[in-house]
Amino acid sequence: MSVGWEPVIGIEVHVELATQSKMFCGCAVSFGEAPNTNVCPTCLALPGALPVTNGKAIEWIIKIGLALHCEISEWSVFHRKNYFYADLPKNYQISQYDVPVCHDGWLDIDVDGETARIGIERAHQEEDTGKSLHMGEGGRIHAATETLLDFNRAGVPLVEVVSKPDIRSAAQARAYAQTLRQVIAELGVSDARLEEGSIRFDANISVRQGPDAEFGTKVEIKNMNSFRSLEKAVDFEIKRQIAELEAEGTIIQETRHWDEEAAVTTSMRTKEGSSDYRYFTEPDLVPLVVTPEWREHILSTLPELPHQRKDRYLALGVDTQTALALSSADTALRSLFEDTVGAGADAKAAANWITGEVVAWMRRESVDTIDVDSASVAEMIGMIDANELSASAAKEVLDGILRGEGTARAVAESRDLIQMTDTGAIESAVDSVLADNPDAVERYRAGEQKVVGFLVGQVMRATQGKADPKAVNGLLREKLS
Amino acid sequence: MSLADLTITDAAAGLRAGSHSSVDLTEAVLERASMTEAEVHAYLTIDREAALDAARAADAELAAGEDRGMLHGIPIALKDNMCQRGVETTAASQILAGYRPPYDATVVTRLRDAGAVLIGKANLDEFAMGSSTENSAYGPSRNPWDTGRVPGGSSGGSAAAVAAGSALGALGSDTGGSIRQPGSLCGVVGMKPTYGTVSRYGLIAFASSLDQIGPITRTVDDAVAVLESISGHDPLDATSWAGDYPDLTSEIDAGVAGKRIGVVSEFAGEGYEPAVTGALSHTLDQLSDAGAEVVEVSLPTVELALSAYYLIAPAECSANLARFDGMRYGLRVDGETTEELMARTRARGFGPEVIRRILLGTYALSAGYYDAFYGQAHKARTVLRTEFAAAYEKVDVLMSPTSPTVAFPFDAKSDPLSMYLSDVCTIPSNLSGDPAISVPVGLDGRGLPIGVQVMAPAMGEPVLFGVAKTIERLAGFDARPAMVEELA
Amino acid sequence: MDRSTLLPMPIDIDIAHVARLARLDLPEDELDTLRSQLSAILEHAAKVQSLDTEGVEPSNHPLGFVNAFREDVVTGSLDRDEVLAMAPEARDGYFAAPPAMSQE
Ligand SMILES: [Zn+2]
Repeated sequence: MSVGWEPVIGIEVHVELATQSKMFCGCAVSFGEAPNTNVCPTCLALPGALPVTNGKAIEWIIKIGLALHCEISEWSVFHRKNYFYADLPKNYQISQYDVPVCHDGWLDIDVDGETARIGIERAHQEEDTGKSLHMGEGGRIHAATETLLDFNRAGVPLVEVVSKPDIRSAAQARAYAQTLRQVIAELGVSDARLEEGSIRFDANISVRQGPDAEFGTKVEIKNMNSFRSLEKAVDFEIKRQIAELEAEGTIIQETRHWDEEAAVTTSMRTKEGSSDYRYFTEPDLVPLVVTPEWREHILSTLPELPHQRKDRYLALGVDTQTALALSSADTALRSLFEDTVGAGADAKAAANWITGEVVAWMRRESVDTIDVDSASVAEMIGMIDANELSASAAKEVLDGILRGEGTARAVAESRDLIQMTDTGAIESAVDSVLADNPDAVERYRAGEQKVVGFLVGQVMRATQGKADPKAVNGLLREKLS
Repeated sequence: MSLADLTITDAAAGLRAGSHSSVDLTEAVLERASMTEAEVHAYLTIDREAALDAARAADAELAAGEDRGMLHGIPIALKDNMCQRGVETTAASQILAGYRPPYDATVVTRLRDAGAVLIGKANLDEFAMGSSTENSAYGPSRNPWDTGRVPGGSSGGSAAAVAAGSALGALGSDTGGSIRQPGSLCGVVGMKPTYGTVSRYGLIAFASSLDQIGPITRTVDDAVAVLESISGHDPLDATSWAGDYPDLTSEIDAGVAGKRIGVVSEFAGEGYEPAVTGALSHTLDQLSDAGAEVVEVSLPTVELALSAYYLIAPAECSANLARFDGMRYGLRVDGETTEELMARTRARGFGPEVIRRILLGTYALSAGYYDAFYGQAHKARTVLRTEFAAAYEKVDVLMSPTSPTVAFPFDAKSDPLSMYLSDVCTIPSNLSGDPAISVPVGLDGRGLPIGVQVMAPAMGEPVLFGVAKTIERLAGFDARPAMVEELA
Repeated sequence: MDRSTLLPMPIDIDIAHVARLARLDLPEDELDTLRSQLSAILEHAAKVQSLDTEGVEPSNHPLGFVNAFREDVVTGSLDRDEVLAMAPEARDGYFAAPPAMSQE
């Protein structure tokens, strides 16, 4: 990247809420059912049908807003966003316009050990569209010969979270998306599955010459189906824009499509000119009023969120990187940590073992989840503290615990890993090694210091590796001096 | 006199006295329709067999002592913008030709629960846009008092059916006067309830913040009976009032002694036929003699109500009618792309007035014009409401003509703006959301009926009906269209 | 007070653009007629601009109530055969339509 160019990125996230029923009707919200089986007069926009707001969805968007430190509007309204599209049954979407339920919040993200605070512009409630299948020629919209429409998804509650243009790199864009996804998932308000489209990301990208320059022309990027493709697409687009500008070209305000296979963004070339959504207040619905009591009640139901957890781990003495990793780790690892500490283990050691060796073991063994007795892990950490286990022996003990071979002590005993703590036994092993190796003793005394290593090795061999190498080293030097 | 000419109240009494059955009533109404429909064309659909089945069921229930109340066994017509499961419902538009809804509107469910006999679907201006039924894609209805004249609109078919005896009562919908104006032009009672008290679920929307379903009947008592059966909270309509509802009959016989009646001074002058203003004056004199205090009230913003209405209603309709796109139901005109298909379907399926209003609303909402037009209209609506509220501090009800004119001949108002002006007295109540009623009080020199309008504050139905019933009694209006006299 | 002269008058309506926004494929001559009719209606409607609405809030539900919610419960859906029977064209459980974009 040339010196002086600064990317300015904002991200829009669409979250499908996992309510039982749709936003404005009593059809089931469910994924992967036969087409047009979850439809009714309201979500098919039959003449005369009316919307009625799902109270749970409103509760949940407030929950999302509170988790993102947003202001919650005491009074807000729904608007109609008017545009014609085959998969939008009413040809308007019920959405929010100038007064969203949530506004002005923030989310902290961490990239390479640095925390950045990304502003949240707003979070508003709307409804999803149906699905268009573009038939013929590989399902691509430009080559399609027919459109098939399924309205099962039409009217599913959708929350749109819009960030401020505070993101400055592709890595930050990815971290923002991942962190937000995790918050949403932990609130339990959405399946938050990228592959099913229950959480979707669009990025608005521009570049400018330095942090004080005015914003450049922004381009919207759509169709990123994984965090990796989001990062790649943003990175590609930043480079494309800089290259355009450095070639003294200009950036056209447009929507571009991320082509995963070609790893490029391409212009969507819509025929529609500048859109004119003709927003106006939805007359079929009444205003939403969030009383302070309601807000407080919802606040009291919020679970501990990753950033709060991180702070708590830090207070327990866990180091920053480990706290960060652990606070966004999956539930099984986090509860293993909590339970291990609960069973009396040192928090810092427990965190290090879990984010380090446990995760490494899972990767080696290619397992997604673990079912492990936290008391055994705590016991193992206690044994290390008591010098009963060496670091390498502990890894073996952990392997045994994770394989379900029993408690830490049982594994250590059956695998014969308990460190020799009887100084008398170590001393007699040292004595016999010294007696058996007079040459080595001679060379040491002649000033050949490194021969100690050989002698330590001999003692370790004699004790089948169970003696504490540090203790052996000390004892040898003492006897040789 | 034929059973078809009974009031609901008398027909209901007769059912319980055993003087006739619901089948007798239904057959009388169907027979009347068979004699008048060729001339009047009040209906788009008559469901003869279903009506007779419902009548037989009502007779059986009444015989078994299962009495569902005043509407049990009474033949009622529905305006064809109300969805009735399995029965063609077109809102008088080509775009819905052949459309049979898979569900019942809430008012239909309520009428069924009340034991009413649904006769058929009454004609209207396409999507309830108009004041004459001339905008029906299936041909206009004609006024039973003079078939060379319009019955008013948009609920012209409903009003004509009640006037002609092809229904004992009907439901209409009123967005800018569409119940009251045809009521006035056809010499029957037409009542628009407080916005939010009758569910709109299943009413094909024209302008959601203004639409309200209400009764069209021969008497005020009948209007009360119909409204009682259809009003009340509906969880399927988010704008439906979930609180307490007043007892509609609590002031029905209270008279007007001591009541303060305000006459809206803006509703007079140019464009008002002398017979119409004369009839109103006469009614006011009678009310005054009956002990009411009649005062003049000025509501300056009503002068702007028509302007505000012709921004708000088209804006809402432009979105409400967007769903008619040829994709899921109704008419489809093919195209190369979905966009082309939609644009062709809509251009072919909608009539000229509907197209005019969609374009008007689209323009009023579009970028750059919103504040000057739609936004300003909504603020004017607030100002108007404030003015009404202030007036009701001083008076119990307000009165005006219902329509500046009596029924006019076909094609008399080919200019859209002059047609819009026929709703000038009725529109303010839609903007304010308050209840209003038109009561027939007499005939003009040509024998055409004249109505007067009574308006009351929101939830003021009891006083509204009380005053309306007094007017009805004082007027003693019992004339019937010549075609009915001849048949009776 | 007449403020109407201070505000933009809708003399020139881009009727083709408005028709496109509203998805109405109308012939040229009809659009011309509609343009002049709309101008006349809007001129009348523009009278609302004469009202002083400084500090006035736009209107809401006349009975002034808020928060009409439904419970989050599934109340059922329509039968698919009945739904697709209404469709101008249906295939394999889907509503069918031409492609979104023209074939170039
Ligand atoms: Zn539904």
